[in-house]
Amino acid sequence: MSPQKRVKNVQAQKRTSQGSSSFQTTLSAWKVKQDPSNSKNISKHGQNNPVGDYEHADDQAEEDALQMAVGYFEKGPIKASQNKDKTLEKHLKTVENVAWKNGLASEEIDILLNIALSGKFGNAVNTRILKCMIPATVISEDSVVKAVSWLCVGKCSGSTKILFYRWLVAMFDFIDRKEQINLLYGFFFASLQDDALCPYVCHLLYLLTKKENVKPFRVRKLLDLQAKIGMQPHLQALLSLYKFFAPALISVSLPVRKKIYFKNSENLWKTALLAVKQRNRGPSPEPLKLMLGPANVRPLKRKWNSLSVIPVLNSSSYTKECGKKEMSLSDCLNRSGSFPLEQLQSFPQLLQNIHCLELPSQMGSVLNNSLLLHYINCVRDEPVLLRFYYWLSQTLQEECIWYKVNNYEHGKEFPNFLDTIIRAECFLQEGFYSCEAFLYKSLPLWDGLCCRSQFLQLVSWIPFSSFSEVKPLLFDRLAQLFFTSTIYFKCSVLQSLKELLQNWLLWLSMDIHMKPVTNSPLETTLGGSMNSVSKLIHYVGWLSTTAMRLESNSTFLLHFILDFYEKVCDIYINYNLPLVVLFPPGIFYSALLSLDASILNQLCFIMHRYRKNLTAAKKNELVQKTKSEFNFSSKTYQEFNHYLTSMVGCLWTSKPFGKGIYIDPEILEKTGVAEYKNSLNVVHHPSFLSYAVSFLLQESPEERTVNVSSIRGKKWSWYLDYLFSQGLQGLKLFIRSSVHHSSVPRAEGINCNNQY
Amino acid sequence: MDSYNAPESTPSASSRPEDYFIGATPLQKRLESVRKQSSFIPTPPRRKIPQCSQLQEDVDPQKVAFLLHKQWTLYSLTPLYKFSYSNLKEYSRHLNAFIVAEKQKGLAVEVGEDFNIKVIFSTLLGMKGTQRDPEAFLVQILSKSQLPSENREDKVLWTGWFCCIFGDSLLETVSEDFTCLPLFLANGAESNTAIIGTWFQKTFDCYFSPLAINAFNLSWMAAMWTACKMDHYVATTEFLWSVPCSPQSLDISFAIHPEDAKALWDSVHKTPGEVTQEEVDLFMDCLYSHFHRHFKIHLSATRLVRVSTSVASAHTDGKIKILCHKYLIGVLAYLTELAIFQIE
Repeated sequence: MSPQKRVKNVQAQKRTSQGSSSFQTTLSAWKVKQDPSNSKNISKHGQNNPVGDYEHADDQAEEDALQMAVGYFEKGPIKASQNKDKTLEKHLKTVENVAWKNGLASEEIDILLNIALSGKFGNAVNTRILKCMIPATVISEDSVVKAVSWLCVGKCSGSTKILFYRWLVAMFDFIDRKEQINLLYGFFFASLQDDALCPYVCHLLYLLTKKENVKPFRVRKLLDLQAKIGMQPHLQALLSLYKFFAPALISVSLPVRKKIYFKNSENLWKTALLAVKQRNRGPSPEPLKLMLGPANVRPLKRKWNSLSVIPVLNSSSYTKECGKKEMSLSDCLNRSGSFPLEQLQSFPQLLQNIHCLELPSQMGSVLNNSLLLHYINCVRDEPVLLRFYYWLSQTLQEECIWYKVNNYEHGKEFPNFLDTIIRAECFLQEGFYSCEAFLYKSLPLWDGLCCRSQFLQLVSWIPFSSFSEVKPLLFDRLAQLFFTSTIYFKCSVLQSLKELLQNWLLWLSMDIHMKPVTNSPLETTLGGSMNSVSKLIHYVGWLSTTAMRLESNSTFLLHFILDFYEKVCDIYINYNLPLVVLFPPGIFYSALLSLDASILNQLCFIMHRYRKNLTAAKKNELVQKTKSEFNFSSKTYQEFNHYLTSMVGCLWTSKPFGKGIYIDPEILEKTGVAEYKNSLNVVHHPSFLSYAVSFLLQESPEERTVNVSSIRGKKWSWYLDYLFSQGLQGLKLFIRSSVHHSSVPRAEGINCNNQY
Repeated sequence: MDSYNAPESTPSASSRPEDYFIGATPLQKRLESVRKQSSFIPTPPRRKIPQCSQLQEDVDPQKVAFLLHKQWTLYSLTPLYKFSYSNLKEYSRHLNAFIVAEKQKGLAVEVGEDFNIKVIFSTLLGMKGTQRDPEAFLVQILSKSQLPSENREDKVLWTGWFCCIFGDSLLETVSEDFTCLPLFLANGAESNTAIIGTWFQKTFDCYFSPLAINAFNLSWMAAMWTACKMDHYVATTEFLWSVPCSPQSLDISFAIHPEDAKALWDSVHKTPGEVTQEEVDLFMDCLYSHFHRHFKIHLSATRLVRVSTSVASAHTDGKIKILCHKYLIGVLAYLTELAIFQIE
């Protein structure tokens, strides 16, 4: 646990706009202080500034002067000296110059702070000294404690005290540790009684207060103070912090308009703070996201949850200590045992405290907190998941735009909310059940337009489950929209189904390896899972085939379909899952006869990958006879070989329509195409023809007429090299793997039970 | 369009779909029930006609009287997390301070302080359908009378109550950390409902949603409430349809003498003690055709927005007024069912 974290108030954000972006002004954030060890070794100012040699002498002189000045102040004013004022002025100037230029080392601050508050010099001098207490890097906690002890002696004037508090607030982030200072909490708290000091002390307490500082008697004191001085902004801020830590003791709701709660205490040191920050720059701590959130200052509009859909992170202090003004012993013990959410800011912390984490009062707030999302992801605690489930289901239902007849001008809120959910799902690589339930309920009412991209992304994150169960609720309804919508909609659906397949495969491939360790939520057999995936693929195959017909074999659509099959063909190797499903003929032949070379190239690549996967599967079958359940049926091999024969027949051996696609020669004659045998090989295939012509023109640029039939023999292999050089890598892989380079080219099928 | 037939899957799979959910977690069970709901007609095709008073004996008649003849706005509510009936006093103190703080923005108040309003939590003993149903409870906001007289009654500013009547389907799916009171009814300024709802949401991690009643369910109410045996009728049976047209929508009101309505119901009603979907449809169709015969207006093309009977009256906006003490539980049971359907 780090004591150096502070909560900042969002309401004071105005200060940030004043130009200073010190840590303190990154309000609404918890933050980590600079590691003090970084700066411990810097004992003298300037050493950490890279300076040229010629500047070095100057620096040295300056430093000596500073040492003298500090020494002078330490000794105190020399009464008898004639030119005492002059000397004093000289030394003061030295200190001021150095301080504003490079800052002072913590030892120097220690000494000078002591002097300023001990009242050795006059008020004016004290003020000047205090104003230049600018650290080179950090201020040691001890110096502050010592300084505070001077406040009790009563040697310094009221104005000096005020200045000191302002200084303390401004420099708070540069104090190396805060434990000792926190022990003085009671002293500071008592100073609230001083009307002049009150605003500054409030600010200091606001920075200093930890949960354990909030006590019933202090609450009562603050309320008394409120009764005395009324609604002062600085007091409101402190009270709201108290409420944040102890909602069981105090209730306050801040007005919405109010933004500034503390007057800028830093304005005296604005430039200096920037400089210190710059010097301290290093592994700068992340400003954290937790805040005294807008929920506390939310206006009550017509809709309850209007300001932010997602609740603000608050630990569940309400329910825990509900109503107990005096904490019981067990409460104290419990509290020390649990880890407050406010302090959770790193993954290692989460891991160390995962068993005793205080959970947020509203589970929905985890959606904005990546660490707690991790927690949600691995926790098997049913109430936690159920609370999140209910919240998300209801919020989706409540916010969903197309549930509300007259509410289409809802703005960006709902899409933004869906985006947040999708981000969380991507982050966890897992879908939420609530979203699945939402899809079931809302899909029948969806117009296919509203939030389309988000909606389809939610589809792709449906948790793995039995396809037959999901099909009537989701896919059949989606299919209705699919068939009646534009080609772009079809492509988007195919894309999201591809992602769904990928998510399911990833999940399954993980699950298979995890199974012995964790209790998988779905007690499925591998066979059952594979069956479900295979049904999904077949379903998409059916959608694609029909869509191709509806869209008259659109190349654009075919690209998306083949993208899907690029995932499908590699399941065995990429995901280590025993499944190979081939594409339906409607897709295969559309691709084979496409007019687009990139389609054909993609087809070649997919065929190549199918071959790799089937070969690997075959090899494994031979090696281990045990997993007999997942032997692929010979039908798959036959189908593949059939496709392969067709392809090689068309593209390579110029014997189409024989073995693969069979077309009656009589019909072919009727078409009137004389040389139909050549017409689909790599030279004459409509999608390659332009390549063939370019190739010939490159060979002999002056030629008036080109005869593509001249590409044969040696020229054939040059032509192939030309094609490969044009980026047709799929074709290259396909030909390399599937065509026997011998005098008689033939298709290289996969031997399947001696049937080929 | 082709009919889709999944080809026999390539790997020989041994499991049937049911095998998927052997060790299902409660979440999975929830999803299962959502699936069931989404795939069939949401409401069961038959329901019981509300019986004579099913109230438990220990119910306080004064409190029941207090709930009748008031217009309540309906909300569905997800299960309350870590709610405890033994802490009602504490809850009053907290909610009291919360409301005061919300109303005087910026002024901090101490929990437990004496304010000019008072919050009272109290249970509605016996207000349940089965023994498993959790106890209903009532929240009242009273403004304290400034007059010192001991006879002065505090003025009720706002009332809300939480109940669960025959909520078995919901109770089965949650653990003991949760209290299921899916139906919430509020009477009073909506700004108060919002403040109080916010407090509950923050404190018990629950979620309030307005519960609208669609025309389908209004028809069911009309049929079920007409079917109730009454000693004497206190109100006419009235239906209100809305015709969406600009600039102002047109409302058609259709009032029937309650005994005529009952006679019509008796003529379509066949299964004793129960109401079926066919009977509901037939009942409404009879009304439609009667109306058409006289006014040549097809009511089936308009939207039913309100149903009033001597038992209760309900508006599609989610407003209800219960008139008959005898059938209180019956009315609430149906509303609970609708609320559960909304949060599933």
